[in-house]
This record gives sequence, C-alpha cells and structure tokens, in this order.
Amino acid sequence: MRFKDVFSIIGPAMVGPSSSHTAGAVRIGRVARHLLGDVPERAEIRFYGSFADTYRGHGTDLAIVGGLLDFDTDDLRIPSSLKIAEQLGIEIEFREGKGSIPHPNTARIAARRGEREAVVTASSIGGGNIEVHGVNDFDVKFTAMYPTLLVFHDDRPGMIADLTRILSREHVNIGHMSVDRKGRSGEALTVIDTDSALSDDLIREVAQLPTVRDVRLVDLTGAKGGGSP
Amino acid sequence: MRFRTLRQLAELCEREGKPIGRFMLEEQAKESGRDEQDEFRKMFDYYQIMKEAVRKGLTEDTTSRSGLTGLDAQRVMRYIETGEPSVGHVAAEAMAYALAVSEVNASMGRIIATPTAGSCGIIPGVFVSSQQRFGWDDETMTYGLFAAGAIGYVIANNSFVSGAEGGCQAEVGSAIGMAAGAMTELRGGTPSQAIHAVGLALKNTLGLICDPVGGLVEIPCIVRNGFGAVNALAASDMALAGVRSVIPSDEVIQVMLEVGSSMPEKHRETAKGGLAQTPTGKKIMDQLYRGGSSRKSKGAGDAAGKTQE
Repeated sequence: MRFKDVFSIIGPAMVGPSSSHTAGAVRIGRVARHLLGDVPERAEIRFYGSFADTYRGHGTDLAIVGGLLDFDTDDLRIPSSLKIAEQLGIEIEFREGKGSIPHPNTARIAARRGEREAVVTASSIGGGNIEVHGVNDFDVKFTAMYPTLLVFHDDRPGMIADLTRILSREHVNIGHMSVDRKGRSGEALTVIDTDSALSDDLIREVAQLPTVRDVRLVDLTGAKGGGSP
Repeated sequence: MRFRTLRQLAELCEREGKPIGRFMLEEQAKESGRDEQDEFRKMFDYYQIMKEAVRKGLTEDTTSRSGLTGLDAQRVMRYIETGEPSVGHVAAEAMAYALAVSEVNASMGRIIATPTAGSCGIIPGVFVSSQQRFGWDDETMTYGLFAAGAIGYVIANNSFVSGAEGGCQAEVGSAIGMAAGAMTELRGGTPSQAIHAVGLALKNTLGLICDPVGGLVEIPCIVRNGFGAVNALAASDMALAGVRSVIPSDEVIQVMLEVGSSMPEKHRETAKGGLAQTPTGKKIMDQLYRGGSSRKSKGAGDAAGKTQE
C-alpha cells in the first residue's frame, strides 16, 4: 500500500501552495538534512519532470531549502527560507535535471558540509508523501514516514543479523527493510524503517558493529530533528 | 487497515455497527500503535487549522505570490450578504469557505492537505459551513474527518491522489468524493449510503485534467475548489435521498485510474496543455517567468529568481 494511514490522506498540516511541490519538497529537503546531520554549507538541487517545469511558481525552491533548514511542512518561515539560507551563508544552486526519472515530481539534492556529502534522490508522490529512491549512489527505497535508520557498512555475512539483534533486544519493530551493495563484499547500505523512535545509545551501538562506516537517522516524525538551523 | 475497497469498508462498518469515522479511528490507532485519544487529538487539531484557514481567507489579504488570485472568497461573501445567490445561501457559503481556504493556500498560508493542497478547500468548505448550519460540535467534525480519510485512503491506494499522476480528477475529484461521503455520514446516512455518495461524486469529475496556468495552484484550482464544495453537498443529498451509484464506487475508482493513466503528460500538472496553453495562459506564463516585472513578490519570492543559474 502506497498510503499507509489516515494522516497520509488528511494532512499534512502545511504551508501552501502544493502538497506535491511544496510539502513533499520540504520533506525531501529534510531527508537530505538529516542524512548530512547538520546545516549544509552548500547544496546543489536538481529538479526533474514537473518539478523542473513549475518549481518557481509552487515555491518548490523555497520548500526544499526550508527542508534543508529542518523546517517542518507547516513552518511559516518556509516562504522566507532562501533569505534565511543566505543569512546563514549557505550556497544554493538550482539546476534542471535530464534523463529518465521514476516519477514526474523528482528532485536530487547533493548537500555538503566539510568532507561530508549527502546525495538524495526522491519523488513526491502526492499529498506530501515522498519516496526516496537513492542515497549516495545506493538504490534504496524508503518513505520517511517512520524513523528510518541508514547503516553504511561493508557487505559481510551476519551484518543483518547483528543489526536485527540490537533492534530486537530494544523491542524496536522493523516495518520495512532495503539493502543495496556496490558489489560482493563491497560497500553496502541497509535502510530500516522502524515503528518507534530510536535512542542515541542504540545508534551508537550500531555504529560500533564491525565494518560499519557510518550510521544516520532520518526522523521526520517529530517537529524537529537533526539539529535546528 | 482491514479494508482495501469501499465495499469492504462499508461491510465492516455495518457488521460491527460503527459509523465509518469511528471505525477508521480504531483502525488508525491499530496501524500507528498510538492511543486512539492521541490520534483523535491530532485530527481535532487539524480541524482547528481548517477553521482558522477559513477565517483567514474571509478576513485577510490572500493575494498570491504571483498576484493572479486572491480575495474572491470575500467577493462571494459580500454577494451572499447583499443578494440572493442562485444556488441558495447554504451552497454559496460552502463555496465561499472553500475558496477562502484555497486562497490561503495559494498565498503560502497554513492549510491541511485533503488529500492534497490543490484540493484543500473542499472538505473545510463543506465541513465548516455545515457545522455552523447544523450546530455540530468539533468532536463530531473530527469523526467526519476520519470518515473522509477512510474514503481517501481507498481512493489513493487503488488509484491516485496527485494531479501529476492522474490529473485534477485525482485531487479535486477525490476531495469531492471524500467530502460527499463524510457529509452523508454526518447527516445520519448509513455507511453504504456514504459509499454511494462517493461513487456519485467521482463520476462527475472523471477525466478532469490538471492544467494550472503557469503551473501555479491558482487558476483554475481555486474556483474548482469552490465548485467542488457545492458538488459534494449535491452528491450527499442524492445519496441521502436514496440515489445509488449503479456502477459501484470501487469500479468508478478503477475508471479514474484508467482515465488518469492514459491522460497525456501535458494534462498532468506540467502546464504544457489545457488552460495553461491558451493564448492568455501563455501570456501569463511569459510574464511570470520571463518578464518577471509583473510579479508581485511576497516574502522571499524575489530571492527565488536570484539563485537561478
């Protein structure tokens, strides 16, 4: 089921004018922000399909940047997000993307701070709901409707078992899981949708598992996450 | 959720002797793992935002970022107060309230997407005007929103609710169906009557294209919300009178999927066809994106151009 509950139909509470082009775009921006883990220094935003055709009129640019500032969809600062980003010294570039896309409303964000980069490709599928298709060259899928754990690691036997053991001990239920690897025994990314919030301790423990390179939490379920701008 | 179709929804509600709104609240709490009370509170708060958007649209300046739209709700209200609307006061008020919320949306104000922002005026238009008329409390209206949500949930999972995928029928059409079904329940209709109201309403918007001028959620979206509120009331009245959707509502939803899937891209929110490509539509688009001078800027509207390559 693409739409899981009543609030994906009635809702979100949002600043207009378009749930696909504004609210969904805020959430795509926020996913990139949470993956980066901090305020970006620069961001390149590529718009595809209908996003590319109409983003100015819908304030999709304002919305994605609002998301990068970790604003929620109903934050009344969204109309001024570009000004706020400018004041914070964030460099922002918009481009029109070419090539085949999974959905008419798709954006790709490459956000950078220092050595860290988060690249997210996601589509806005209606009503403010999104589907993430790719993270840093990995083909993974998640909706960010739930707290989502992203674990960057090396492909090795027992990795999933190690992860699920920690989650199960903490009584965290897994809603959906997606894994992609760049090659046998190469770099891999495991994405886990969970039904409940994840503690900092749990995330630290996952980070200490053998071959884990990085752990990120994307949690758009609260009003705030990933540090405030 | 224990249902995938409107028929299953009506059967479950009738078997368990529950209205759709009550049933959906229980299903929602099971799905989310949160208390019914918390889920009810969230929807109750959403209803307050809807009422605030109606108030704002009827009293404040709703001129949009583009300067193309705004204040039509207030025009309609003045007309109602001083004249005799042909559709009657009740329908005209629902229409004005729906316009009000859509205009708040177009001017980057706060709304609830129902199911989308493009169609955000229809449910508040119907709900807030009917609440005033029938004296229902906010709790009743909140259950009504759960009923509307249950209907939308079926439409969204069997067809679509975004203009980019299925045209305006998927947004405004779905919202009218949701409002019509919920209104039927609020007026005391059975779940099965509510489901008939959905089918009746959806049939009236099949094929409606998404052709926003300049790509903005303004022309024709705002007036379609006004019309939508009136149509929702009409569909609900037909269902309460015993009119049935001979083609079952679930089959009508499949038609919406079929029609939307074969709709050309130019009629799915790309501004490449329909009203957007009329001589006047094109002229407006030129002024918005090339000339730039006619664009009234609100907030950081001007900054949007500055960061272009």
